[in-house]
Amino acid sequence: MAKTYQTYYVPEQSPWPIVGAIALFLLAFGAGHFVNEVTRNKEGHGEYMLLAGVALLVFMLVGWFRNVIDESMGGLYSAQMDRSFRQGMSWFIFSEVMFFAAFFGALFYARMIAMPWLDGESNNAMTAEILWPDFSAHWPMTKTPGGIETTAMPWQGLPLYNTLILLTSSVTLQFAHVALEQGKRLQLRLMLLLTILLGASFLGLQAYEYMHAYQDLNLRLDSGIYGNTFFLLTGFHGLHVTLGALFLAIIWLRIMLKNHFTAHNHFAFQAAAWYWHFVDVVWLCLFVFVYVL
Amino acid sequence: MSTISTDPHHHADHGHHHPPAGLKRWFYTTNHKDIGTLYLLFALTMFFIGGAMAMVIRAELFQPGLQLVEPAFFNQMTTVHGLIMVFGAVMPAFTGLANWLIPMMIGAPDMALPRMNNWSFWILPFAFAILLMSLFMEGGGPGFGWTFYAPLSTKYSGDSTALFVFSVHIMGISSIMGAINVIVTIFNLRAPGMTWMKMPLFVWTWLITAFLLIAVMPVLAGTVTMVLTDKYFGTSFFDAAGGGDPVLFQHIFWFFGHPEVYIMILPAFGIVSSIVPTFSRKPLFGYASMVYATSSIALLSFLVWAHHMFTTGMPVFAELFFMYCTMLIAVPTGVKVFNWVATMWRGALTFEVPMMFAIAFIVLFTIGGLSGLMLAITPADFQYHDTYFVVAHFHYVLVTGAIFSIIAAAYYWLPKWTGHMYDETLGQWHFWCSLISVNVLFFPMHFVGLAGMPRRIPDYALQFADFNALISIGGFAFGLSQLLFVWLLVKCIKGGPAATSQVWEGAEGLEWQLSSPPPYHSFTTPPDVK
Repeated sequence: MAKTYQTYYVPEQSPWPIVGAIALFLLAFGAGHFVNEVTRNKEGHGEYMLLAGVALLVFMLVGWFRNVIDESMGGLYSAQMDRSFRQGMSWFIFSEVMFFAAFFGALFYARMIAMPWLDGESNNAMTAEILWPDFSAHWPMTKTPGGIETTAMPWQGLPLYNTLILLTSSVTLQFAHVALEQGKRLQLRLMLLLTILLGASFLGLQAYEYMHAYQDLNLRLDSGIYGNTFFLLTGFHGLHVTLGALFLAIIWLRIMLKNHFTAHNHFAFQAAAWYWHFVDVVWLCLFVFVYVL
Repeated sequence: MSTISTDPHHHADHGHHHPPAGLKRWFYTTNHKDIGTLYLLFALTMFFIGGAMAMVIRAELFQPGLQLVEPAFFNQMTTVHGLIMVFGAVMPAFTGLANWLIPMMIGAPDMALPRMNNWSFWILPFAFAILLMSLFMEGGGPGFGWTFYAPLSTKYSGDSTALFVFSVHIMGISSIMGAINVIVTIFNLRAPGMTWMKMPLFVWTWLITAFLLIAVMPVLAGTVTMVLTDKYFGTSFFDAAGGGDPVLFQHIFWFFGHPEVYIMILPAFGIVSSIVPTFSRKPLFGYASMVYATSSIALLSFLVWAHHMFTTGMPVFAELFFMYCTMLIAVPTGVKVFNWVATMWRGALTFEVPMMFAIAFIVLFTIGGLSGLMLAITPADFQYHDTYFVVAHFHYVLVTGAIFSIIAAAYYWLPKWTGHMYDETLGQWHFWCSLISVNVLFFPMHFVGLAGMPRRIPDYALQFADFNALISIGGFAFGLSQLLFVWLLVKCIKGGPAATSQVWEGAEGLEWQLSSPPPYHSFTTPPDVK
């Protein structure tokens, strides 16, 4: 706690939160119908509601962040306010960690417990013999107990390059951060741009890998537990890389167009950087547990 | 516990002292008191909607046989009753209390992130609108129980499942943002001198609750996502044929679900720890041990989830591990009950309504805790599992535990919020009607449960008929008793004798040093806490 206590800025009334709530309503309600329409061939217009929700959410985010940026540039924020933002962002990242933990937990359980049991381990000998006589446990599970066959994605090659790309991007981002703190604006601009480009190339390669999986390896979302965990873990990770790259791109635009952020006042940059490093760490866990082991 | 040396009104010189008029006040608000009020009114509304569903359940179970509703609709009622009471009534009520009280208790100007606070609230009515609308969809609403076990929710569920999944997603977003706000407020906005071990216990318990929320709500989001992909996109997380396991669902769900149980009771501990000292006119016995007990309960809550799954055929090692960890929770909980009783010991007790509900909480929550201990014993649980004994257990901890504490809190702080004293006679009527009816409602459930009556079934064997009729009468009486509460609330908000700043003779803490009702912005500059 600060010894000297400045006046804490409590914003005036704001229309953005309720706009955001309506956006989430449209998103959830639209998605709830859209999912049924695409998978069950139902009649309906969930997609329009979904798109309206996305549009409204983007509109809300732009408006809300514009307010926040104006307040910040107007000098309304104090060091204490900055701490609120930093702590808020840290806890948000912790919640993201727990979200990925659910899927990693599913992966570990399926692999270490469910799969051996399906093959008769523990006290499941009769289950295996009567229900799944042709199943033998090995990971990656290229043949499920029900008989779906697929091919495992090797870690050599594309996934390895992607690992190097993402690790490099964390380093370039760190250089950008140091440059910001030392006031080297040109280096900041270049390094941040390089980070975003590395992130984009990661996503491009990931998309290529997905096509390769579907077309050449017969590795699909519905290819049993290996495909399930592969696509949901890498998919949610890819989604987070996309959001992180967008976040960094907005920071880059603010630097290029408005010359925002100083050596001492750059919470948004910091938050985007934290997010990016977090996404990087998730990838490392993914690379080890989904691809290599 | 602490005193203010500066007059807060003196500093409130920065513009609007009064809330803006009209509906905009509520839609656009960034004020923690307004948002707290919204949360509390929303929770009360959902309490009655969820309660109406309980009345449908009890009406159907009044007699053996199927008479009033279709079995599928009965399942939807038990499911949505549970979801609404957990996510729509108890959790928002606690968040509302946190919003109203935490900034006042720690001498903060507001919550740390006031706009996000508004967003957290306004998501909720929309999320529950989606859930309730799904009841009117073709094929009906979710009918797989509030625990949405696979394969009920994946293979055998209706088209409304997607709406259920997405409404849970946005409820989760709301809870996580609310929890982040609480944590950051407590870490960063305490007034100078409000050190950790001077914080009121309500603040402490909420800090730990918020941590639990941030840790487990994302896991719930992951669970519903897997249900969604299993149902609609061909994955087999919970399907053995594809290499998954339906038991995996239960592991992930209860990894969320057990901490969730403590999310619904830790703030109740904080409330009772505020009320009992006031009406005993003594400081809380064992303040530090209360803090440590709360923390240990929270930590243990991550290690006990599989006690909900003793009958799934886990290895004996796991059954023993989860049994012992569960029993360990009785130790810190016992510390708490002991401390509350020790606080009352030789106190100058008076029995206003908040104290009555707090004492009822201590006795009845302990009954619920003890039946929990019975359920924790693995071999015994094989007998109790999925019977009305379990229903009796969790309704004792949630209704006479969580809900009673929320009602106690409402009576305790109502004069502070409204500036009027509530009608004490009406309050006592409300208390005694609730106390008697709630026990008629839930106590016989222990007996029919031990005798083998299964939960979540619209019909039952004839030998359970008398008890079930009695239970239903208790249920209707409890539901009607709550109308007294609404009447009392309306009376109190409209008027009544003016309340003093301190309201209760023995009340201590920063919130009691503000006027009743407190100014729209309480502490624009922080008070000095001695």
